[in-house]
Amino acid sequence: MTDVLEPQTFRVTRADLVRYAGASGDFNPIHWSDRIATRVGLPGVIAHGMFTMALVGRAVTGWAGAPDAVVEYSVRFARPVPVPDTDEGTEVVVSATVKEVTAEGHTRLALTATCDGEKVLSQAQALVRKPAGRLAVEKPAEA
Amino acid sequence: MPLDQSFVGRSWPPTEPYLVGREKIREFARAIGATDAEYLDPEAARAIGYADVVAPPTFPIVITMETSRQVIEDPALGLDYSRVVHGDQRFAYTRPVVAGDVLVCINTVDEITSRGGHDFLTTRTDVTTDAGEPVVSVWSKLVQRGEEQ
Repeated sequence: MTDVLEPQTFRVTRADLVRYAGASGDFNPIHWSDRIATRVGLPGVIAHGMFTMALVGRAVTGWAGAPDAVVEYSVRFARPVPVPDTDEGTEVVVSATVKEVTAEGHTRLALTATCDGEKVLSQAQALVRKPAGRLAVEKPAEA
Repeated sequence: MPLDQSFVGRSWPPTEPYLVGREKIREFARAIGATDAEYLDPEAARAIGYADVVAPPTFPIVITMETSRQVIEDPALGLDYSRVVHGDQRFAYTRPVVAGDVLVCINTVDEITSRGGHDFLTTRTDVTTDAGEPVVSVWSKLVQRGEEQ
């Protein structure tokens, strides 16, 4: 059993943000308009915090090997994820360490998400309904 | 102006029932790039014990972000949404959301604090079926940045 799970990398482009806006109903213009994002002091369009959280959630369910394994999931949005208007967009890298196994046999994961080497989440963790030794390591996702 | 502290502990009446659609879950799963069969294929979901496709863990935000407007748009609370950023987000699940669920939300203000000129508002949304079965509780902490002097 390893305490560190295989990091996963997710590519994020403007098209992803547009699609997420439609699917989630979050049409805040800072997620699609550079004009408005820069007006409120951002470097440009940034990803929805909840989109980043959803990507980290994909990593968590992937490690757990079950789409319904998550018991608790929490994050603090520490830093925005700027998404340039390029074909490549940007990348979010998600990693995790096993923090503890609870009395119920659940595993608590400490989660890290970085963009350009900077942590974009803090105090991120998930409790999954799975013994630590049975956490699967998925092939790293490349969107 | 600081947020009205008297809102702490206040709850709002249950929201109108939200019928969770199979295509909405599929649309959300595709938007986040999730390809698990249980999010997309009812047969795969039934194979692990659910009546229809299950939703990814952050799907409840689709419902709670909309319903929490009854709190954050209450003029008496005094929140200036143009200065608000999303601080923290937490989910505690009894079970995943499943297509066909009819969900009702009860919003409560859990906490209001001030620090360094910023105000922090934590809302809790208890999401249940219309029969009262608990599904998920959702906490959102919003940060209202201090006004420029």
